[in-house]
Amino acid sequence: MTTRAATLDAPVPIRRPASLWRDAWHRLVQNRAAVVSLAYIVLLLLIAVFANVVAPFPFQQQDLDNTDLGPGAGHLFGTDGLGRDELSRLIYGSRISLAVALVDVLIVLVVGVPLGLAAGFFGRWVDVLVMRTVDVLLAFPNLLLVIVVITYLRAVLDQPQGPLLGIIGSLDGITGGLLGVFIALGLVSWLTVARLVRGQVLSLKEKEFIEAARMTGAANGRIIFRHLLPNTLAPVIVAATFGIPGAIATEAGLSFLGLGVRPPLPSWGILIAEGVRNMRAFPHELLFPAVVLAVTLICFNFLGDGLRDALDPKLKVD
Amino acid sequence: MTTYVLRRLLWVLPSLFVVFTLTFILVHATPGSPWDESDKPLPAAVKENLARQYHLDDPLPKQYIDYLANVLRGDFGPSYRSVERSVSEIIAATLPVSAQLGLASMLFAIVVGVPLGALAAVKHNTWIDYVSSLITVTGIATPPFVRVSLLIVFFSLVLGWLPTGGWEGIFDSRAIIPILAIGLGPAAILARYTRSSLLEVHGQDFIRTARAKGLTETAVVIRHAMKNALIPVVTVAGVTLANVITASFFVERIYSVPGIGRQFVDSVSGRDYPLLLGIVLVFALLISLVNLLVDLSYGFLDPRIRYR
Repeated sequence: MTTRAATLDAPVPIRRPASLWRDAWHRLVQNRAAVVSLAYIVLLLLIAVFANVVAPFPFQQQDLDNTDLGPGAGHLFGTDGLGRDELSRLIYGSRISLAVALVDVLIVLVVGVPLGLAAGFFGRWVDVLVMRTVDVLLAFPNLLLVIVVITYLRAVLDQPQGPLLGIIGSLDGITGGLLGVFIALGLVSWLTVARLVRGQVLSLKEKEFIEAARMTGAANGRIIFRHLLPNTLAPVIVAATFGIPGAIATEAGLSFLGLGVRPPLPSWGILIAEGVRNMRAFPHELLFPAVVLAVTLICFNFLGDGLRDALDPKLKVD
Repeated sequence: MTTYVLRRLLWVLPSLFVVFTLTFILVHATPGSPWDESDKPLPAAVKENLARQYHLDDPLPKQYIDYLANVLRGDFGPSYRSVERSVSEIIAATLPVSAQLGLASMLFAIVVGVPLGALAAVKHNTWIDYVSSLITVTGIATPPFVRVSLLIVFFSLVLGWLPTGGWEGIFDSRAIIPILAIGLGPAAILARYTRSSLLEVHGQDFIRTARAKGLTETAVVIRHAMKNALIPVVTVAGVTLANVITASFFVERIYSVPGIGRQFVDSVSGRDYPLLLGIVLVFALLISLVNLLVDLSYGFLDPRIRYR
């Protein structure tokens, strides 16, 4: 706010036309925590994409002569009980976490936003159907629902019957159990955004510009996609960002419990579970994955905070 | 008011019924049982006997109605895994442990979270606010299994102050790490809500009036601002309960606490479906009741709210 006041006094008559997005970007880069978090996330993204280049060892390469090494020159973060390089496993694990983040955002955009738009715009039975479903599913802890569903999925997908389940089952096998995690996540990750978008649409559709659009003869589809959707984008971005750490933590939690990704895939949840087993003798095997996971989740939260303040200071997303 | 309470109570039943039916269907559609995991396959005759003992060869609608009738009497049936204890007995033995742990964690969350949030609001935009927000984000963002692991590494392994696991009642030193690990999540949620709620109240007229009367800052904050700011904070009780329940899955498992959260995780990995179903129903009942209490408490806390 202080900088805004300062520029008012300064003789700067020519200013590039401000848009919501440019203003938001300016506000975002002034938030130090958000900028540092964004830098960390971009770095993590690069590491995940180029994991095969960055990682010093293949994640599954065992070295039974050098098991449970502490952090040192040859293995920066040490090795695990099978002599696998901890750093390399962490690096490859970032791929799983960021894949989960990506899929979570996709579910929000492909399921949550359209359902919220439809519920808010069409009202009546569409609204009742969508919102009752959301209410029932939101009434219970996400993780409880996800665990119950994935218990069922695991049993069905391991011995799939029928052509459709067969395909899903073999895809789940190829992805090391990741598909099951995505399906379980798909059940819960769209809920809050659907509710949020519906609320936005309910208030927006009474506004004059929608009435004007309707008077010019715009069809429902045009009103929804050209007028309503762009106006809900800012809160959706914020909510999606806040959803990411939850999704990453859910995958890690499921894998930690042995319900998510299967070993030898190095999900951070699996690394932490292995670390817990060995923590009395080799605490570093627990410490590194736990800290990396925690820092990642905290950064996504700070970025979400920054985006919320930048896009709409009055907006509240939990 | 009475009609509102009654209507809200009647709403709890159908939603519990939906949860019951969905979980029952899901659990019974799940192929496999704990017995086909074993390395030595069981003889067909033994399997048949087991199926008869657990009524698995009855038609599904009959199983459903029988089970529903039993649950209404408080009998959740036999467990697949445990021979000597029924599901009801397992729940009766483990729920009190988790309830003690959960209540202690909530107490910790209130004692730490509310003052932390209040302090952050009063010292808005100072380093105290920033430190508090770092603690808050850490509490909200870190999953419980990370928190409990790091606490064990730090307090048990590095410092050697506390045991690395076990349970000897709530007043034993073994309870400290689980309470911290579970309570930090709700504490962070409470701190965040208290802070934003207090900041909102701070700009209002009655606060200016209180200041104009010449009250000290402490009196203004505690007697006028906090009282009004805490109403919205109560609404997150449901959220914090959900937080406590899911945290207990991990914390009780890692720290070897014989509670219901650990039983839930074990029932999942051991494919003990009757136990899983029973525990989910207990959680659903608990959450519905707390949400009901939260809804009803608005009227007592804020007389401006009227029920229709």
